[in-house]
Amino acid sequence: MSSTASVPLFQKFKLPNGVEYEQPLGLFINGEFVTGKEGKAFEVVNPSTGNVVGKVHEATAADVDIAVDAAETAFYDGPWSKMSSADRGHLLLKLADLFEENLTILASIEAFDNGKAIQLAKGDIGACIGCLRYYGGWADKIHGKVIETNSGSFNFTKQEPIGVCGQIIPWNFPLLMWAWKIGPAIACGNTVVLKTAEQTPLGGLFAAKLCKEAGFPPGVINILSGFGRTAGAAIASHMKIHKVAFTGSTLVGRQIMKAAAESNLKKVTLELGGKSPNIVFEDADIDRAVEWINFGIYYNAGQCCCAGSRVYVQESIYDKVIEAFRKRAQANVVGNPFDEATFQGAQVSEAQYNRIMSYVELGKKEGAKVEVGGERHGNEGYFIKPTVFSNVTEDMRIMQEEIFGPVCAIAKFKDLDDAISKGNSTTYGLASAVHTGSLSTAMEVANRLRAGTVWVNSYNTLHWALPFGGYGESGIGRELGKEALRNYTQVKTVSINLS
Amino acid sequence: MIVRHRILRLGTLPSSRYFSSFESTVKLPTGIAYRQPTGLFISNEFGASNDGKQLTTYNPRSGKPIANVFVAGSPDVDYAVQTAESALRSWRTTSGTDRGILLYRLCRLIEEHKTLLGSIEAFDTGKPLDTVVADDIQDCINVTRYYAGWADKIHGYSIQPFAEKFAYTLHEPFGVCALIVPWNYPLMLALWKLAPAIAAGNTVVLKPSELTPLSSLYLGNLITEAGFPPGVVNILSGDGNTGAVLASHPRINKISFTGSATTGKKIMHAAASNLIPVVLELGGKSAAIIFEDADLEQAVKWCYSGIMSNSGQICSATSRILIQESIYKKFVEMFKAYTIHRMSADPLDHGPQISDVQLEKVMQYVRSGIEEGAHLVYGGKEIIGPGYFMQPTIFADVRDHMKIAQEEVFGPVVVMDKFTTQSDAIQRANSSTYGLASAIFTKSLTLAVDTSQKLEVGMVWVNSSQDSDFRVPFGGFKMSGFGQELGEYAVKNYLRPKAVHLNLGVSL
Repeated sequence: MSSTASVPLFQKFKLPNGVEYEQPLGLFINGEFVTGKEGKAFEVVNPSTGNVVGKVHEATAADVDIAVDAAETAFYDGPWSKMSSADRGHLLLKLADLFEENLTILASIEAFDNGKAIQLAKGDIGACIGCLRYYGGWADKIHGKVIETNSGSFNFTKQEPIGVCGQIIPWNFPLLMWAWKIGPAIACGNTVVLKTAEQTPLGGLFAAKLCKEAGFPPGVINILSGFGRTAGAAIASHMKIHKVAFTGSTLVGRQIMKAAAESNLKKVTLELGGKSPNIVFEDADIDRAVEWINFGIYYNAGQCCCAGSRVYVQESIYDKVIEAFRKRAQANVVGNPFDEATFQGAQVSEAQYNRIMSYVELGKKEGAKVEVGGERHGNEGYFIKPTVFSNVTEDMRIMQEEIFGPVCAIAKFKDLDDAISKGNSTTYGLASAVHTGSLSTAMEVANRLRAGTVWVNSYNTLHWALPFGGYGESGIGRELGKEALRNYTQVKTVSINLS
Repeated sequence: MIVRHRILRLGTLPSSRYFSSFESTVKLPTGIAYRQPTGLFISNEFGASNDGKQLTTYNPRSGKPIANVFVAGSPDVDYAVQTAESALRSWRTTSGTDRGILLYRLCRLIEEHKTLLGSIEAFDTGKPLDTVVADDIQDCINVTRYYAGWADKIHGYSIQPFAEKFAYTLHEPFGVCALIVPWNYPLMLALWKLAPAIAAGNTVVLKPSELTPLSSLYLGNLITEAGFPPGVVNILSGDGNTGAVLASHPRINKISFTGSATTGKKIMHAAASNLIPVVLELGGKSAAIIFEDADLEQAVKWCYSGIMSNSGQICSATSRILIQESIYKKFVEMFKAYTIHRMSADPLDHGPQISDVQLEKVMQYVRSGIEEGAHLVYGGKEIIGPGYFMQPTIFADVRDHMKIAQEEVFGPVVVMDKFTTQSDAIQRANSSTYGLASAIFTKSLTLAVDTSQKLEVGMVWVNSSQDSDFRVPFGGFKMSGFGQELGEYAVKNYLRPKAVHLNLGVSL
């Protein structure tokens, strides 16, 4: 981290695909882009090259305090506190429209800052638009109940906003995670202090600019670039933040929950890691299943909490599948994110690259066989070849621990009970999939897998209307769908005595 | 084979260049001239009626004709329903999100055309322009946006009664919905029905009133521009016969009607032959109850607005005021004074009745009130001059047996009487054959909650009147009809559940 001596609040950026725009670099607090209280800044790296491309201002605990105050004032006084639910929703709809108008810029920033393929980045922005518009539509449809007890009382419940919500998002889907958090929190009438990941601060700041353009009153949405152990920790333990929503690693998730408990028992929701099983039965459409296996692990260069990183194939079709999968994995176009043909871009950082490669080495040491991949792609940037391990046992660390890269393990199963037993042998429980042509197999597997999402004959097909979240150590609570509204409201019961 | 002469129009022309030979140039009182569609809107095109029959719509402020529009006859209704039915094939596969996007676009277009739509509506209904734009058209925008948001939030249930049975419900659209709307809030009521019906995935045939077809026909332009696939929204101008043919059509799946109780019964009767489910929003004789602890000044203002707005042409108007005896005289005097005050500022501020026929009906009630011995406190006369104006009219000491106490007048005529106790007021309010709305004025929490619970009405306003909200259900009991509009409830009107049982292990 270095000083802000030469870091402006805005800077013209020209991206590798020729897109030129003004990138905000400051902290977005109370409706303005500002420098950090302690004058700190940190570097932004393009993972496709490994080069530093600029700096952004860094938020420390002092800035979190300022942002929280702004959010608190916005919640209790000022226009947001008096705004009708429909008007709140309308602002989110406008924000969705602005995302749509700025789709190319947003997708380009994403590809630049995160290293993901531009075609995937465009898909992400489309999903952001859908998510924001979806929650814009929920804002004025949040109803309580009227509940009868006895004739002497009149009772009703209200779903009230919580107040200032702290939100900490990861780097794997910077803008999508931003939208998943902002959408429901704002729809429910809260104000937010959101910290982006230090690896990918750019998109969130541009989106902050769009919030201002949409007309959100100052202080309603505050976006801070910064580090987990400073700004993130400050959010998790802040006495005036009454809710924290975190997406990231299980390790950090535990720290967040601890800090929440030790400070003011703020409400906590966590979207953590996974080691999700992708199960192929012999009656599956094999060609399609192989496509989904491929997409399930290599999408976003394996940097998905719900990645299908453990592939289980019924023994009768194992040889056929693995042969097809080897070919398919190697056919993925890896490389320059700004090339429209690219499917798999770079890993987000050198640290992540190293971590993944160390798991690859570990796998080899543990006795697993590298079917394909297992090494760097190219000479520049953090690219890894799509990797498949076979000859794995359930207790191997590469079968138990989340690698978060384009590395999967493939194994056999005998029958349905065996598949379920293997699928469930994890402390995680985020997602899963079953590929089969049989209705009863699909239903039984879906019922018996301990996972927050079960995909049948697909993988990674998330949608803003469908709740998403984990069993076990994959997290607490659900995002997306109507379910997400629970995270950002609290129920008040009013009981009027009429006798 | 029905021969149709239609001019194909591209769906993406901006409003100033909508072109069709089924239009006439209309000059608004504001001086602006615009192209008013006059044809039947089917499959995103305007066309003549099969037999060429037309009707004339008039300006109630002058009595002068505005334009001629076509009258849909049986073959036209048939064609529209067929079109709506075929459109279902691909409309059924359109996602809720995409239906929502189309409705959001329509909302934006209504907003862009706010002044023009307001002007057309004001011209055709006689309502004051400012009120129409600020209230009616704004409501159109709000309602359309609100239901756009519901389109992708329609959830069935998953139900697992025991391990071997997994069941779920699909909340499906009905199919073709016939929407029949009256003349008192033409465009607003059209959208109250159209928006949720479309959000739920239905296709529609909308029939505006013969007295006020213009704004609904103009909406056709916006439907096309928003990008709705042809046949999803069809708009048929026409008369009572058009409505009758539509209501008894064997290939519609649902009817939603707003209008008089008399016509409502006919609609229900027609629907019975094909067992078509019906939603009816009918009339009312809603009571406002003024308790002695009420804020009298506010009560007077709300009650004035509650009957004199829209010249009393509101189904939910609180047209009957029951006032606790200790404050009765005072309230009547204050109401009279307030009326005089409003009239001195603008003697026409409540607007005209919609037609000469309606005006005469209302005047008939005025005469009957006098004949039956009610005390005429203010008004009671037609206003001489162009258009269909009459004075705001106040009757006091109106006993329950009087015609003007029981029947819906649908004009700027308020009837008042005193009551003794809370249960007296409730009993008398509930003695109406109607049950649409009620307004209670009191500062007491218990009185407000308790009275609301005991009134046999679909809506209760506490310390206000007529301030409906698009997020809150609107509808009545008894002769006021059944089925709620607005809020989440309206979407449910346009959905029917299908239960699916998956047998996962029960063998015989």
